[in-house]
Amino acid sequence: MSGADDPLALFTTMLRVRRFEERCVELYSAAAIRGFMHLCIGEEAVAAGVIGALAADDAVVSTYREHGHALARGIPMPSVFAEMFGRVTGCSRGRGGSMHLFDASRRFYGGNAIVAGGIPVAVGLALADRLLHRSHVSACLFGDGAVAEGEFHESLNLAALWHLPVVFCCENNQYAMGTSLARTHAETDLALRAGSYGLRSWSVDGMDAVAVRAATRLAVDTARAGGGPCFLELRTYRFRAHSMYDADRYRERAEIDAWLERDPVERLAAVLAADGTLDEPGRTALEEAVTREIDEAVGLAEAGPPEPVADLSRYVTAEAGR
Amino acid sequence: MTATPVRAPDGPATTTVTFRDAFRAGLREALAGDERVFLMGEDVGRYGGCFAVSQGLLEEFGEERVRDAPLSESAFVGAGIGAAIGGTLPIVEIMTVNFALLALDQIVNNAATLRHMSGGQLGVPLVVRIPTGPGRQLAAQHSHTLEGWFAHVPGLRVVTPATLADARGMLATALLDPDPVLVFEQIGLYGTSGELATDAGPVDLDRAAVRRAGTDATVVAYGGSLAPVLAAAEQLAGRGVSAEVVDLRALRPLDTDTVVESVARTHRLVVVDNAWRSGGPMAEVVARVAEQALDELDAPVERVAAVEVPVPYPRHLEEAALPQASDVVAATLRAVG
Ligand SMILES: Cc1ncc(C[n+]2csc(CCOP(=O)(O)OP(=O)(O)O)c2C)c(N)n1
Repeated sequence: MSGADDPLALFTTMLRVRRFEERCVELYSAAAIRGFMHLCIGEEAVAAGVIGALAADDAVVSTYREHGHALARGIPMPSVFAEMFGRVTGCSRGRGGSMHLFDASRRFYGGNAIVAGGIPVAVGLALADRLLHRSHVSACLFGDGAVAEGEFHESLNLAALWHLPVVFCCENNQYAMGTSLARTHAETDLALRAGSYGLRSWSVDGMDAVAVRAATRLAVDTARAGGGPCFLELRTYRFRAHSMYDADRYRERAEIDAWLERDPVERLAAVLAADGTLDEPGRTALEEAVTREIDEAVGLAEAGPPEPVADLSRYVTAEAGR
Repeated sequence: MTATPVRAPDGPATTTVTFRDAFRAGLREALAGDERVFLMGEDVGRYGGCFAVSQGLLEEFGEERVRDAPLSESAFVGAGIGAAIGGTLPIVEIMTVNFALLALDQIVNNAATLRHMSGGQLGVPLVVRIPTGPGRQLAAQHSHTLEGWFAHVPGLRVVTPATLADARGMLATALLDPDPVLVFEQIGLYGTSGELATDAGPVDLDRAAVRRAGTDATVVAYGGSLAPVLAAAEQLAGRGVSAEVVDLRALRPLDTDTVVESVARTHRLVVVDNAWRSGGPMAEVVARVAEQALDELDAPVERVAAVEVPVPYPRHLEEAALPQASDVVAATLRAVG
């Protein structure tokens, strides 16, 4: 089984993301991480499934809730922790923090904290690929809240009009901060709305990593083969509050509990247990390996130096040739 | 360009062109010079540009490279940013600066910040051309001088060609910049003409230019205010006052040195701005002179700026709202006492 097709690889990615973010909560409480921090606990199947369907040289544009996307993309964990600690060894030299993870070498283009702000950028990356005769696809991840923004609609029209290889991946966790889709969208069928721009669009169970990866692969293949942009609505749920500052008073306990029943990590674990891929000792060994990876990454990140204040004005404009 | 080149006895060959021609020549050269360059915006292709700057370029370079975009300022400016990150050299045209406000998010939150937020990994070599300023009775939603707002933002370069040579050459220099450059073209200048050297090419974007040397007062202008200031300097000369005219050319980064050196020669400062006085670009110039050269000033600074109203439609009111040569003359005479 190739790594990319291996459900165990999907599971491992999801477990790394889950445990990483649980550690982030501890580090946030200890004030090692500051600022806004948005967790994707509950949404790991989207991170693992979408990113797992992309080729290494496809582009990824994400939002402020991007830890999972970044880790799934292969940004080394120490450099993600270091970024959140504000160290110069972070993937954005500590200048971005939790919301602005970048890794140009992995074509990971943020990390954008403006709702919908990354969507046109993904369209442009695809346009560049077209103009330069490259066969890459650009994947753009955003929330259901972004669908209400003008930039979303402008971008879908543009991508469809110019037939660009973009896969729009809407992580529909049902809420934009404290406001549900139903309270803010006249038409809540997001695939239907996207489809009106002439894109191929699908709604997918976003709690099923295998299904997410299969759907994304179909969309990516379609876009790469010249079928134009595609839209995926990935129906998921965040188990935690919107951010560390959110008291989470807008959701019924029963609703949260119903979604917890569908925990994407345990769901895939059950499948892997049933078919004998991952037994009890195997799971324990994997958990230990992930814990070790996190411990080592935190240690490395903590050892990273802060950027000297003397460098404050760097990286505003290009440094060579000016 | 239409006119036949003429050669002055002691200078290079020149031809008579409009600012529109000069901007178009810069665009044509950019498209011809590098396959990665493309032009994108509303009506830039088939229509030939809202101000006819890109006329003929679609026929010459094709639809991929002269790309008509829908009315989606935020999306196509954002797409320009992505395309720049992706390895092309986009020139995006926004119809006028008032419509650029619909793309402020992309310009300020993405183009200007991506390099910094990514710790230096991502450059955005994007050029945005933005017609700006009054001059054609287009009323308040098409006439404003807002380049100073953009000049507030680190990570952007903001240039304002006010001469034919700059109109011809600034685009080429802007394209060499690894960071976003906003080129603010004066709507009022497009149709005016003058002599341009036939071998005009890239120009320096880093230094302000002394457009007229003088000894009694420094008059600072840029973009749309340069022409009335030069006219004023001519009138002042007739009254025995020698005004030195400094054209800022770039609002960011601002070349303070050239202004301060001039003030050190003349000891009087007059600033002229088609933008509103409150928080306008010239407020920054005055602040820098106060910081660096207060001792050089022998008189209070004179500020000539647009009246603080949205630019009105009727010609006489539009003119009354904007600094005229006579205002500059009066201010300079006050400065020299
Ligand atoms: C343009 C803009 N408006 C408002 C905000 C404040 N804000 C941050 S996150 C958020 C909710 C977005 O929800 P959604 O797009 O569904 O993404 P999710 O947080 O659920 O992943 C809002 C309103 C913002 N960051 N950007």
